[in-house]
Amino acid sequence: MYDLSVSQLAEGLRNGDFSSVELTQHCVERMQKFSDLNAFITELGERAILQAQNADKLIKEKNHGPLTGVPIATKDIFCMYGVKTSCGSKMLDSFIAPYDATVTHKLDQAGCVTLGRTNMDEFAMGSSNETSYYGPVKNPWNKDYVPGGSSGGSAAAVAARIAPLATGTDTGGSIRQPAALCGITGLKPTYGRVSRYGMIAYASSLDQGGPFGASAEDCAYLLQAMAGFDEKDSTSLDKAVPDYTQSLNDSIKGKVIGIPEEYFSEGLGVGVKEIIQTAITWYEQQGCEIKSISLPNTDLAIPAYYVIAPAECSSNLSRYDGVRFGYRCDDPKDMRDLYDRSRSEAFGDEVKRRIMIGTYALSAGYYDAYYLKAQQIRHLISDDFKKAFEQVDVILGPTTPEPAFKIGEKTNDPVTMYLSDIYTISINLAGLPAISIPCGQQGGLPVGMQLIGNYFAEETLLNFAHQYQLDTDWHQQIPPGFNE
Amino acid sequence: MQWETVIGLEIHVQLATQSKIFSGASTAYGAEPNTQACAVDLGLPGVLPVLNKEAVKMAAMFGFAVDATVAERSVFARKNYFYPDSPKGYQISQFELPIVEHGKLEIVLNNGECKTIGITRAHLEEDAGKSLHEEFPDSTGIDLNRCGTPLIEIVSEPDMRSAEEAVAYMKKIHSIVRYLGISDGNMQEGSFRCDANVSMRPKGQKEFGTRTETKNLNSFRFVERAINHEIERQIDVLEDGGEVVQETRLYDANKDETRSMRSKEEANDYRYFPDPDLLPVVINSEELEAIKKELPELPAAKNARFKQSYELNDYDAENLVMDKDTADYFENIVNVGNVKAKLAANWVLGELTAALNQHDIEIMNSPVSAKMMSELLIRIEDNTLSNKIAKEVFHAMWAGEGSVDEIIEAKGLKQITDSSEIEALVDQVIADNPEQVEQYKSGKDKVFGFFVGQVMKLSKGKANPQQVNELLKAKLQ
Repeated sequence: MYDLSVSQLAEGLRNGDFSSVELTQHCVERMQKFSDLNAFITELGERAILQAQNADKLIKEKNHGPLTGVPIATKDIFCMYGVKTSCGSKMLDSFIAPYDATVTHKLDQAGCVTLGRTNMDEFAMGSSNETSYYGPVKNPWNKDYVPGGSSGGSAAAVAARIAPLATGTDTGGSIRQPAALCGITGLKPTYGRVSRYGMIAYASSLDQGGPFGASAEDCAYLLQAMAGFDEKDSTSLDKAVPDYTQSLNDSIKGKVIGIPEEYFSEGLGVGVKEIIQTAITWYEQQGCEIKSISLPNTDLAIPAYYVIAPAECSSNLSRYDGVRFGYRCDDPKDMRDLYDRSRSEAFGDEVKRRIMIGTYALSAGYYDAYYLKAQQIRHLISDDFKKAFEQVDVILGPTTPEPAFKIGEKTNDPVTMYLSDIYTISINLAGLPAISIPCGQQGGLPVGMQLIGNYFAEETLLNFAHQYQLDTDWHQQIPPGFNE
Repeated sequence: MQWETVIGLEIHVQLATQSKIFSGASTAYGAEPNTQACAVDLGLPGVLPVLNKEAVKMAAMFGFAVDATVAERSVFARKNYFYPDSPKGYQISQFELPIVEHGKLEIVLNNGECKTIGITRAHLEEDAGKSLHEEFPDSTGIDLNRCGTPLIEIVSEPDMRSAEEAVAYMKKIHSIVRYLGISDGNMQEGSFRCDANVSMRPKGQKEFGTRTETKNLNSFRFVERAINHEIERQIDVLEDGGEVVQETRLYDANKDETRSMRSKEEANDYRYFPDPDLLPVVINSEELEAIKKELPELPAAKNARFKQSYELNDYDAENLVMDKDTADYFENIVNVGNVKAKLAANWVLGELTAALNQHDIEIMNSPVSAKMMSELLIRIEDNTLSNKIAKEVFHAMWAGEGSVDEIIEAKGLKQITDSSEIEALVDQVIADNPEQVEQYKSGKDKVFGFFVGQVMKLSKGKANPQQVNELLKAKLQ
């Protein structure tokens, strides 16, 4: 059952080939069997069975949707009522969320069965899942390698076929980069498409929740359940959600694909470059027009991101002060000591590093030089894309410069680590949607390509990705040892 | 040396919205600690603010009431600082682009002079919670009920030159927010509070001296005392050859002194930046026009109308319109009972105000309602009561002894207007005082008053004075 697509699962459940309880049990067994991946922070097996029983009832009553009874893994960043929501941090190790995030609520409504809460970089800050308080997640393709981050647990769980679907969040590449490194499909929607309410904030103007699945079609089903306006999130957009599965089979013939020259310059691995070229050739063969374009401010994306995201995080993480919830140090001698030690003891190094960078960037006398400048760059980057989308339907390039790296390889070199998000970050700065789909392998490790769309062009991206997946089987590759 | 005082005020006004500025929790005062703080107010992980549009409208109303520019686009910013009663570690406020800018207000001083005070800006922000120290030995309790209550912070230009001017300005702002119905203005409950920036400079100097900021003054009297104290303190420092230190000071009402809280060096760097959780506040020109149209009559307009329609003098008009409830009370008396406006004004500003002050009661809670007052004044106008006896009736009504007519009846206070009855009293007085009659007849007009007094005394004050006068004059001729 683990290798079935979402539509096959839905059909099987509907036809009574298997029940949601059976399916869920199967997934829970795999979750336990592959626990050495460390993909989950909290396993919710028993709770999942109860949910599955309820789903079976709904299916029997024919009161169900496409996801009723389908198991899912959720990133430990979406608040879930009565369940530990740690955000990968010691700070929230004791935090039992007293409310549901909008996404959690929507998945509940859709009838999804939550298997567990996936591991992640602490407060979503990281590109390798190594900053998690709960230890690194292993890449199912090679356990010595990172799965990417910050949604590493979700990507690994889908890649290992523990869960057919998983949720993630993407602030600078945290869905697309782990999707690429784990050989699965992951989509970062347009900023404002998925509610951020109850999704623990890292960098509010960049954070966006989105789906992981083996294929674009699977992602379409999950995005359908996640997307939509939410009056509790002032930055969510009041715009109708289309039926994402409807346009999957549209013809892409005659469509224009932009290839940004800046994404193929130095820094891109030779192997990855070749694989992406092959994918471009495939699209060309389908009758797409391939057009070389320029996104001239691409090299400014990382510096701008590492001002804006830390600035917002320095403020967003101020609420973790040991006063009302989360970690509190022992025997504080006064208020100052309570703040100092609670935060020093419970935040990891990467989180502290970004809080310090952000605090500095917002300080009196530096604000104009850093924060304001970074915001100006953000506009330039958005304009680059705006100009590009006057000429092209989608933009295609690599998701990452290289396939997965070894655990521990880059932990002492944050800047090199930051560079692994070079192709994904500018999309967040512009607020655009983008999808990563597997398109090859290098040395037994998956390689992903990224398709970037115009605002609210998720349908177009899913359509382009689905057409590719109809003719290729990279998305069906299961890591050795997990295909049994 | 001659010193000149320079004062600017920052007034915090809690807005009278039902729910908080960024959450659905109630803003009602006085609930059990932390019973009116929802997930958003607690700053739980993942929560997001959603702007209460009513608060925006109220801020815009204030802007129009002080002739300010109301921005079509304003921006919320985060003011970052750690404090236990600030659950998010930042306060959502407005910084670079506030909703209200460039206003002004005219104040009237005790000597009748008018002065215009500039209003730099007024911005929207959320109130913090409260730290409770008294009830918790060795620790601090935190009540987050107040957290997220909408505020406007009104920042004046440094245009005031004395504590008197500062108080007049503060009273005027208080009056306006009450008129607009955007705040209850309750100072004891902290709905209306003030920080005072005070500096001194040698008279004639253009540059400002170094200022201090005295925090959290929650009564007109405290503002006056704190400013005067600060003026004296700064002059002492300067005349001793010292320098005023830029710092935040706290007024201690018990000791009637200000003391240092923190100096500029210890001041926070608030690291303001636009709040990414909130979109800019956009109000288009039609919406602004609609808000403008809804504005109630404000003190200045009411003052002009009172002078015109009721023929009141400046003093009466200004004092009646200062507080909207007082103005309404006055108009109720005049309109309900068709009572003469001047008589009503005298009673409201005289006997009623004195009684309210003495008992520390708000006019809206007055035991003598506007209707009762108009009934009382009608009895003066129809000669049932003399002014003097009316005061006695007023106090009886205040004490809850019944309506005007019931009290008159019960106490037998009805004025004697029966000419034959008064004539009998006059005759008796004339008969009893032959000596004085002689004096009067020999040209000593002053003695006339003596006769009036005697008649009134004999009638226990109930004889109609005018009739007494007339009859006495006729009989003594």
